[in-house]
Amino acid sequence: MHRRSLLTSAAAFGLGLSLATGAFAQMDKVKACFVYVGPINDGGWTQQHHAGATAVAETYGDKVEMVYQENVPEGADAERVLTQMALSGCNIVFATSFGFMDATNAVAAKFPNVMFEHATGYKREHPNVSTYNARFYEGRAVIGTIAGLMTKSNKIGYIASFPIPEVIMGINAAYLAAKKVNPDATMNVIWAYTWYDPAKEADAAKAMIEQGVDVIMQHTDSTAPMAEMAKTPGIIGFGQATDMADYKPTPRVSSIIDNWAPYYIKRVGEMLDGTYTQGDAWEGIAGGEVQIGEITGVPDDVKAAAEAVRDGIAAGTLHPFTGPINKQDGSAWLAEGQTAPDGDLLGMNFYVEGIAGDIPK
Amino acid sequence: MTFGGIDPALLIASLMVASVPIMLAAIGELVVEKAGVLNLGVEGMMIIGAVCGLAAAVQSGSPVVGFAAAAAGGAALALIFAFLTQTLLANQVATGLALTLFGLGLSSLIGQGFVGVKPPQTERLTFGPLTDLPFLGKVLFHHDPIVYLSIAIIAAVWAVLKYTRTGLILRAVGENHDAAHALGYKVQRVRLLAILFGGAMAGLGGAYISLIRVPQWTDGITSGAGWIALAIVVFASWKPWRVLLGAYLFGGITVLQLNLQAAGARIPVEYLSMSPYLITILVLVIMSANRGRGAIGAPASLGRNFHASR
Repeated sequence: MHRRSLLTSAAAFGLGLSLATGAFAQMDKVKACFVYVGPINDGGWTQQHHAGATAVAETYGDKVEMVYQENVPEGADAERVLTQMALSGCNIVFATSFGFMDATNAVAAKFPNVMFEHATGYKREHPNVSTYNARFYEGRAVIGTIAGLMTKSNKIGYIASFPIPEVIMGINAAYLAAKKVNPDATMNVIWAYTWYDPAKEADAAKAMIEQGVDVIMQHTDSTAPMAEMAKTPGIIGFGQATDMADYKPTPRVSSIIDNWAPYYIKRVGEMLDGTYTQGDAWEGIAGGEVQIGEITGVPDDVKAAAEAVRDGIAAGTLHPFTGPINKQDGSAWLAEGQTAPDGDLLGMNFYVEGIAGDIPK
Repeated sequence: MTFGGIDPALLIASLMVASVPIMLAAIGELVVEKAGVLNLGVEGMMIIGAVCGLAAAVQSGSPVVGFAAAAAGGAALALIFAFLTQTLLANQVATGLALTLFGLGLSSLIGQGFVGVKPPQTERLTFGPLTDLPFLGKVLFHHDPIVYLSIAIIAAVWAVLKYTRTGLILRAVGENHDAAHALGYKVQRVRLLAILFGGAMAGLGGAYISLIRVPQWTDGITSGAGWIALAIVVFASWKPWRVLLGAYLFGGITVLQLNLQAAGARIPVEYLSMSPYLITILVLVIMSANRGRGAIGAPASLGRNFHASR
């Protein structure tokens, strides 16, 4: 017993010491660690995070040691990987999937002098947990405009991953933008319950095409839906997370590209010069975190309309969620001219009026 | 003509496609089990076929080479199983399970360099005027060659088992290996060949997923199809045409649940996603409730090792 309490107090002493001297002081060298949910060459989400991580290593050269772990499942394994990273001397750990949220906060509690950054989450339970996200819904509004103008069957498909605010926000933004240019457009959602499962995503795209859907959006990360669309002429879709340029000019007619590099470079830079503080970042098209891929294979007026939406959002003159907007059940959400508060978006758990179907609980 | 927004012609056409991988794997396993061997490594052989097929097709640029490599890869893995169970007389259940785990790991290793790579496309066949027929054209005459090949293999296995001397020997080995041995048949050689055939079929089925259905590589791409194939063999009570029926049933429900979702059916997604598995369990329960007939279906020497000195 004696021995154990001695060890604990020694550990506590060491911890206190490092907190006092280490956490917010300048550092000569930062070990930046990244936890990915998919493989680094998935052609989507994880590939873009890895590109950001690589940019960090290139920017700071010897001053940064970059370590990553790919294919980390959301759940108990995530906690193990995060703990392992903290133990192995990482100074800052980026957990790059929504499902790592609870694991990140749990591990952060045990390692107060390691900084944790969680992508797309909202829990910052400890002073060393920051969150960061990108306003993907702005991109959804741009591709929603293209979808509304391009659909002939008036059926737009949306391969959704999990029923979380991030995804629901995207469905609503895309639908509102499509409806603005095409009042007859409808939204057909398939919940795939995965971020990355090419087989499942391909099957979902196939089922949609059989249902007469001719424009497909995906909120999952693989290029499998693109491969499926390519089999049927006339079907178009949009790159998700990366440009998916292999499928230009059609079926991929545009894309929403995640660009994490500026944020990663900034945060690691702050670690180096000692200005790092807990934060909650949410940048969009204007900040460069969300980029719209080259628009190909559509008529010029469609392209111009989409670019007008993009530029309007970038300039701040257009908000994808501008009232009047009702919720699906008909109750009022936003009044005429009112724009959605961030809090409403981050907790979004309802469809807007006009979308059929229920959000799975 | 549609029912609740679902076009039956398209539904049938896509269920035929969706059921090819499990059908091929199941017909292979049926031959293996008819020879008296229980190989639970179907999932492992399928996924090795999937990765070998993709790798070979990408390197050579030809899907045909891909499928050949897939069959070879599946058979190669089956050879390990054959060596362990037929020569070293290892326990078949344990060896089969180990084969699945080994196959999943090895495929993940081989697949490292092929994530996100596009394989060459396999063209669908067209049959001139037949393809343009209103209903049947879509259902029957507009598929890739493997769909027809899989049905041809079912027919061939059925004919061989029922009408040929080879089929008779195979069944004799599976029903009573001691008697077959006493008659002078090489029990282990027959079983080895059956196991290789099973591996090749599982490999083909796996390659169908990675080369045509998805077409892409990802870890664990077969996602349990091998286990479904094993269940279908029992469901079919070791009869080839019933394998076709079982595979269509399972494939049909898989496709239908996605179509129902896309058509906006107000059924919770969770129920739809579990429905194929639920129905598989249900059918197996009903089958085994009828004990007398179920027991007749299974080869008598299934899962028992044979040693000539005994």
